[in-house]
Amino acid sequence: MTVLADAHRAYRDDLLREGLLISMGVDGLYGRSGAFEQVVEGINAAFSAVGDPDGPEVMRFPPGIGKLQLEQSGYLKSSPQLVGTVHSFTGNDRDHRAMLERIDKHGDWTAEQKTTEVALAPAACYGVYPAIAARGRMAQDGALVDVYTYCFRHEPSIDPARMQMFRQREHVRLGSETQALAFRKLWMERGRAIIGSFALPFEVEVANDPFFGRTGKLLATSQREETLKFELLVPITSKEHPTACVSFNYHRDLFGRAWKIETDAGETAHTACVGFGVERIALALFKHHGFAFKAWPRSVRDVLGL
Amino acid sequence: MPLPVQARVRTLLKNTGWLQADIETLADDADLYAAGLTSHATVNLMLALEEAFDIEFPDRLLRRRTFSSVDAIAEALVEIGVQKEAA
Repeated sequence: MTVLADAHRAYRDDLLREGLLISMGVDGLYGRSGAFEQVVEGINAAFSAVGDPDGPEVMRFPPGIGKLQLEQSGYLKSSPQLVGTVHSFTGNDRDHRAMLERIDKHGDWTAEQKTTEVALAPAACYGVYPAIAARGRMAQDGALVDVYTYCFRHEPSIDPARMQMFRQREHVRLGSETQALAFRKLWMERGRAIIGSFALPFEVEVANDPFFGRTGKLLATSQREETLKFELLVPITSKEHPTACVSFNYHRDLFGRAWKIETDAGETAHTACVGFGVERIALALFKHHGFAFKAWPRSVRDVLGL
Repeated sequence: MPLPVQARVRTLLKNTGWLQADIETLADDADLYAAGLTSHATVNLMLALEEAFDIEFPDRLLRRRTFSSVDAIAEALVEIGVQKEAA
């Protein structure tokens, strides 16, 4: 693991030195340079070029979701270790003075911080399900939604490709089992084509989410046995441990049940989503083609509009 | 009359809401997933079994098929030392 950790550190140091990422003093939390963002915009443009003709409904959510929505999603059952909740000061003047005194003494100032109604979004698609559910029974062709937001997962790492705050660009399909599976199959082909057009090496494999604890082990093996999740992996800092840059997920009726989303026939909806980790893809591009995108292959710059 | 493991497993599955079908209508070898057992319900079932039988499933048994039927569950329980029939 030290070899891998060294590779992570070396690439992060390169990115910071080149100014593509900006240190914020916390592992996994970075500013992005203008050049980095141009590449991210290019990745989004390439995604849109393929996905827009499907006519998705565009929804843009802030990087937070309601605490109740988080509870309802079931995420706390499977991945409590990744969740971030927003806290705020709720004391009075006396508490405020006590807090400032503790800060002066470099003590723990968080005692008066209480949870708010806001949690950080663990995935871009979590805003979609309650929004569609609130509309009542879906039309015959279900729903297709385009989302893009910052997500938070509490997993500090020196691997620049494992950020705590990162963006996911997703299409989310809600409908019958057949519709959800057809959507995922289509995007597994499209995902290969898009990443291939970026001239990146990749492979697509069955995967599982990093569920928590012993019950998580059961969830993870079940997820694999049912091939609910596939990942498109690109080697960034390691050939042996390539990085998941795109995921293709079929949730069966997990979210349909959680939010009581119904198809036109009155059945519980099945859902699927494709998620592009835009920072990870950008990091793969910088790794494989160099830190200056003006020197990237012409075909890649054309696809990215750079 | 000794009570087979299967019967004790059935007791745990009764009135839980984990299955869409009534456990009484299902055979010991019936597919519980087809009967509506979700992944999160499987987790609850696993925890309930561990508590009821005072055991801990080893990692190799933390798989979907371990919990796929009453028979499969009984087989796993016996494999980790639960008596086939309890008084």
